Amino acid sequence: MSPEDILVPTPSGVCCKAGGFHIDPTRPVAKALITHGHSDHARAGHGAVLATQETLDIMRLRYGENFATSTQAVAYGETIKLDGVNVSLHPAGHVLGSAQIRVERGGLRIVVSGDYKDVPDPTCAPFELVPCDVFITEATFGLPVFRHHNADGEIAKLLHSVELFPERAHLVGAYSLGKAQRIIALLRKAGYDKTIYLHGAMQKITAYYQERGIDLGHVELVSGAKKSELAGTITICPPSAMTDLWSRRFPDPVAAFASGWMRVRARARQRGVALPLVISDHADWDGLTKTISATGCSEIWVTHGQEDALVHWAHLQGLKARPLDIVGYGDEEEGEPAEAGA
Amino acid sequence: MNRFAELLDRLSYEPARNNKLRLIADYLRKTEDPERGWALAALTGALTFKHAKGGMIRALIAERTDPALFALSYDYVGDLSETVALMWPADPNHRANKTPSLTDVVETLSTLGKAQLPAQIARWLDALDETGRWALLKLVTGGLRIGVSARLAKTAAASLSGKEPDELEIIWPGLAPPYLDLFAWLEGRGDKPNNLDAAPFRPAMLAHALEETDLAALNPEDFTAEWKWDGIRIQAVSGRDENGEPVMRLYSRTGEDISKSFPDLLASLRLPAAIDGELLILREGRVQSFNVLQQRLNRKAVTPKLLNEFPAHLRAYDLLAEGGEDLRELSFAERRARLDKFITQLDDPRIDLSPQVTFETWDQLIAARANPAEGGAGLDAEAVEGVMLKRRDSVYVPGRPKGPWWKWKRDPMIIDAVLMYAQRGHGKRSSYYSDYTFGVWNGDNELVPVGKAYFGFTDEELKEIDCFVRRNTVNKFGPVREVTHDAATGLVMEVAFEGLQRSTRHKSGVAMRFPRISRLRWDKPPRDADRLETLEKMLVKIEVGRAA
Repeated sequence: MSPEDILVPTPSGVCCKAGGFHIDPTRPVAKALITHGHSDHARAGHGAVLATQETLDIMRLRYGENFATSTQAVAYGETIKLDGVNVSLHPAGHVLGSAQIRVERGGLRIVVSGDYKDVPDPTCAPFELVPCDVFITEATFGLPVFRHHNADGEIAKLLHSVELFPERAHLVGAYSLGKAQRIIALLRKAGYDKTIYLHGAMQKITAYYQERGIDLGHVELVSGAKKSELAGTITICPPSAMTDLWSRRFPDPVAAFASGWMRVRARARQRGVALPLVISDHADWDGLTKTISATGCSEIWVTHGQEDALVHWAHLQGLKARPLDIVGYGDEEEGEPAEAGA
Repeated sequence: MNRFAELLDRLSYEPARNNKLRLIADYLRKTEDPERGWALAALTGALTFKHAKGGMIRALIAERTDPALFALSYDYVGDLSETVALMWPADPNHRANKTPSLTDVVETLSTLGKAQLPAQIARWLDALDETGRWALLKLVTGGLRIGVSARLAKTAAASLSGKEPDELEIIWPGLAPPYLDLFAWLEGRGDKPNNLDAAPFRPAMLAHALEETDLAALNPEDFTAEWKWDGIRIQAVSGRDENGEPVMRLYSRTGEDISKSFPDLLASLRLPAAIDGELLILREGRVQSFNVLQQRLNRKAVTPKLLNEFPAHLRAYDLLAEGGEDLRELSFAERRARLDKFITQLDDPRIDLSPQVTFETWDQLIAARANPAEGGAGLDAEAVEGVMLKRRDSVYVPGRPKGPWWKWKRDPMIIDAVLMYAQRGHGKRSSYYSDYTFGVWNGDNELVPVGKAYFGFTDEELKEIDCFVRRNTVNKFGPVREVTHDAATGLVMEVAFEGLQRSTRHKSGVAMRFPRISRLRWDKPPRDADRLETLEKMLVKIEVGRAA
């Protein structure tokens, strides 16, 4: 049996014909398995949706009660059978509820990792290494220049800036699902115990994280605060809001942006960022290559991102490798649609 | 090195001067000697060692990485040092046990032979993180280019104890890195270091801008006037060191030593003195335009060809010292008399006296300013930027005191142009569209961009333009927006500028000097804006004036 007998890559996601399902399809299908709640992977309008409870909840928060005809929650580690195909979900360490999907039939194991990172994150279950024959990986940061070790160091940089400019407001651009909550949790871990303000777009998901028992301390919507009260404070907002009219409510704001893209100076400058924070929810180059090697796979498929370099690297390691060119991934998590095709 | 790297990193993104000052001051306050002294030397450009070349850095990375992965990475990042800093794979067999300090790096580089340089840099790269490697490579390849001038770094150092930057500037030429005596003085642990330099900089005196309406309050008898030349204000200083050897230096008005760029002028400073004047390019006795002078500036190598084609000249305004005597406490009238005598005595073709404009009434001065050619500047009238008024009794003090000196620039050239593109600004302006590209109509009735301006308007006007841009966007290109600009709808801006030259870099063929938005013409439809021909005519007039 070849891997293609189990999973077929299509431009709108990978499809398991035998099991009758798609994984993270970018167009409506009868049965979808969803790795995580980011909108480029989790879309509304499918028939049946299978995912972790958290991912289902997040989809419900974003798309409303009727985002799918039916839903089924699958716990991490639980194996379900879909028309003779064994399917199980395993933590991906990307955001709350994110999962890798292991698909096995006739002894051949394929892992669809979705988006993942192999470093600790206080807001989600840690990445689990799942041995497999074929590893389907992302490559958002698939170039050796992307290395984002030590998020704590970046948080220290932010706190140093807050201390140095007490009369200014610090705006931290971060994606509303996952990154925002991780930044808050990291700030708490570093001992920052003041109120952290939120842009309205962050509210629902942040409240959900708190409901799930993740301690984020005291957070508050920024819309109620006066300009003068915001001196010396930290506000988490969507990246686009930093240059929006919205930012004028803050006293001389310092624009910070938490993203793996901030590793490249031209990227930070293009966005007018004064305080780039290299904090990413994706595996960096070292994380991608280490993980691929550790799964023991003999073949990788690359869904999206900087696939050229990763495919080249895999060939150097004697692995089979192919890019899948899936259209539409990478649209949400880094908020830069132009990146999807790059 | 790590803290210094963090400082450089932060400075490279920070647009606002005051914030840069605070970042540097914070670093200097929290960092120990001699590390901070070497950092101050790096920021002021006072470090001297043999620099590594790009080719060497390339060879180092080629030894450690796959060529295809390097090519893909370099292509993505676009900057060699940055690519190497980011992708450098540490040697797993030689785990560094300590990260080098800036002091280690500077001290090692000053003694290291060329042959050992690559291996040493590789060891440092192994021991540093991404930001540390980036800073190291910037340092060893020369030129930090992080938007910090020597003046700014000195101002930050002075601020450690609330001192005026000029006080530090006076003693600066006598100081050497790592500046232990300077920091001791700034922190109240030591005496003020003496400036033993034989040719020190004296902080410059600057003038306030004057409007014609201000004249009524001033008495013409109290003032003398001279031409304000469109060159570079400099201080030319000459003295003798302890061995009696001559020391000659040229300083910019902020105290940066620019001697190396003008060896041709340096040799003319034979008599010990400090002259305040304007650096100009003279050809056959004629002052050349600022555009010509600009071609001599910012050149890496001063070639004989450059010296020959662009001969430097000093036109003297003031005399601050002569021999060992400080003249700054004398009145301007007395200093000017001394200057007159000194220049005659020096008798050098490269140094002359800036002529005074004679007037008895303000009307006479107004006439001279309006027509410098008739007013005494003759053939050099095009290089006149305006007139300077100086009180006869004014002593020479650092900074910009209000009252003793006034600068009264010529009226700018003005056109009405149409806003075509707007780009968001930085820092406080990061939510505002504050950088404007404007155009005028060409022969085919199309708007062609002729310049870019990002100041001249009030905060209130900025809000109005920003609102206009947001409501009239027809296209977006990243941070740039194209706005409506057809014959009937669009925003006409009155643009003032100081000069005009031909340019192959601009589609319109012309480039403006110092353009700014002087007025918003909400009342004017774009079709009534100026045409390219208007600029052409201005240009021809300038060129004819120069050839006459």
